Amino acid sequence: MSQTASSSAPTALVRQERSLLQRLSQNRNWLGFLFMLPAAVILILFLAYPLGKGVWLSFTDAKIGRDGVFIGLENYEWLLDDSIFWKSVFNTIVYTVFASIVKFAVGLYLALLLNEKLPFKALIRSVVLIPFVVPTVLSAIAFWWIYDSQFSIISWSLRHMGLITENINFLGDPNNARMSLIFANIWRGVPFIAITLLAGLQTVSPSLYEAATLDGATRWQNFRYVTFPLLTPIIAVVMTFSVLFTFTDFQLVWAMTRGGPVNSTHLMATLGYQRAILAGNLGEGAAIATAMIPFLLFSIMVSWFGLQRRKWQQGGSDE
Amino acid sequence: MSEQQSVSKANSMNTNAQNDDSEGMSYLDGGLRKIIYVYLPLAIIMVVLIFPFYWMVLTSVKPDEQLIDMEKFNPFFVVGPTLKHINKLLFESNYPTWLWNTMYVSVVSTFISLFASVFAAYALVRIRFKGAEVVGASIFLAYLVPPSILFIPLATIIQAYGLFDSPIALILVYPTILIPFSTWLLMGYFKTIPYELEECALIDGATRLQILIKIVLPLAVPGLISAGIFSLTLCWNEFIYALTFLSSTQNKTVPVAVVSEFVDGDIYRWGSLMAGALLGSLPLVILYSFFVEHYVSAMTGAVKE
Repeated sequence: MSQTASSSAPTALVRQERSLLQRLSQNRNWLGFLFMLPAAVILILFLAYPLGKGVWLSFTDAKIGRDGVFIGLENYEWLLDDSIFWKSVFNTIVYTVFASIVKFAVGLYLALLLNEKLPFKALIRSVVLIPFVVPTVLSAIAFWWIYDSQFSIISWSLRHMGLITENINFLGDPNNARMSLIFANIWRGVPFIAITLLAGLQTVSPSLYEAATLDGATRWQNFRYVTFPLLTPIIAVVMTFSVLFTFTDFQLVWAMTRGGPVNSTHLMATLGYQRAILAGNLGEGAAIATAMIPFLLFSIMVSWFGLQRRKWQQGGSDE
Repeated sequence: MSEQQSVSKANSMNTNAQNDDSEGMSYLDGGLRKIIYVYLPLAIIMVVLIFPFYWMVLTSVKPDEQLIDMEKFNPFFVVGPTLKHINKLLFESNYPTWLWNTMYVSVVSTFISLFASVFAAYALVRIRFKGAEVVGASIFLAYLVPPSILFIPLATIIQAYGLFDSPIALILVYPTILIPFSTWLLMGYFKTIPYELEECALIDGATRLQILIKIVLPLAVPGLISAGIFSLTLCWNEFIYALTFLSSTQNKTVPVAVVSEFVDGDIYRWGSLMAGALLGSLPLVILYSFFVEHYVSAMTGAVKE
């Protein structure tokens, strides 16, 4: 302590600086800011800013290589009269609703099956997840080949079983193409839902089932009144993710039909890509993309309430 | 028994379930019932899930004449498999370059994201600065913003920065998908580390940075692996940004190249197309097979937290 008193001016300055640094490193807010910086910079520059810019672009007539001027709602007015846009909205809704319902039903069923006592359970579970691991576009290409108009293995099998006489035109006919795409989407999405729900199922304590069974509950009642309520929050979250990514899907459709035949399988995302990047009308494409946002907000709210309920169920306070 | 049945009738269950009731708890014994209600449906679902992959492998080793003639050769099997398609891909096309591009972009963006996420997650869980809750919530929201609504404005931004047709563009953009996910996942792991350990270190005069690097990170290694593996898969999988931001053949990633470079009217293209899909999936499947547990915990962890 006596040494501190006798120190000369320059060292005192250094000391002061160091203590400032030290004080800063003790300060939670400053430290938190520093730690958040890398993530925040990336997310603001390449996520928040483009999100805002996308909305702005939708009010301009920007083209590729040319900054647009503000034209108000003209892009949206134009889209209102555009039958292809409405077809893509219709397709997106049909695609999302059908695929999500089936994915949920099959996924939950598969999760329940995997929750039974099985030999090689770990192996089965890893195999189930493979469709989720294989890059979507690459499995879409495999489906493209499976759906080939000439060499489809499905057509071949059905023909040899005597069920059909001519090959099915899977991707050439609008309705067939929609169903084929929906099937591929279901195929790709089921593993994710099954495995996450299985993880949820495994957290349900067996003693609950024992108690319910002793009280005379049937298997169905066990499921309906024990499993399902405990699983609801996780179902809410998983399905939000699933619905969200199905609604904004791009890869599957682009790899298999590119929106064809005659624009009949366009989703909003693929139509946006075609209008903005291929045709160069950035403003119009941005308007299509922005039109997806209200739906997005709705899904996020549902997910949020699902999470809150889960916290509440676990007896946790909000942290 | 009768009470049980009336209850299930009240639930308007089908006859199957009532049969279940009359058997009591015999389903626990297994046997034929288990084969019909568990193994059979499981087997059917598994076959459907695996078939496209089997078909991909089979096609990529099938000689051309067997691909085209489905009457003379049973299409479900292969006679005299060939490596022709795979050889052609590896030695006569840009495939190795595409594979390298994919790997390079995935690995670099994964490391950038892990770096940013570790600090962000630690700050959110332990430092508890002012507004941490709001920041945490916005990171969760960022997780839910899909690339499909961002690629158009991002294309103009990338163009403005002169990064068009450069892997750097992808390396900068992919972390926006990975950081929210990894941060969310790592927050879960950090929460499980006892705070007492950190308190001891704080009392001994360690700084927050020292605590993070020397105490928290070694204990969170499984979480880091989970986040890393999953991030790598997401990058490898990414399509719409790579399709929009890259234009020249030698810069493409595997998913984009397979879709855009092989698609000509050639009737014999299927062999090389499927070989391309197979070689593009194989590295991920192999990686996955080594880290199944980490992978599953990444997938479920992000949903459960």
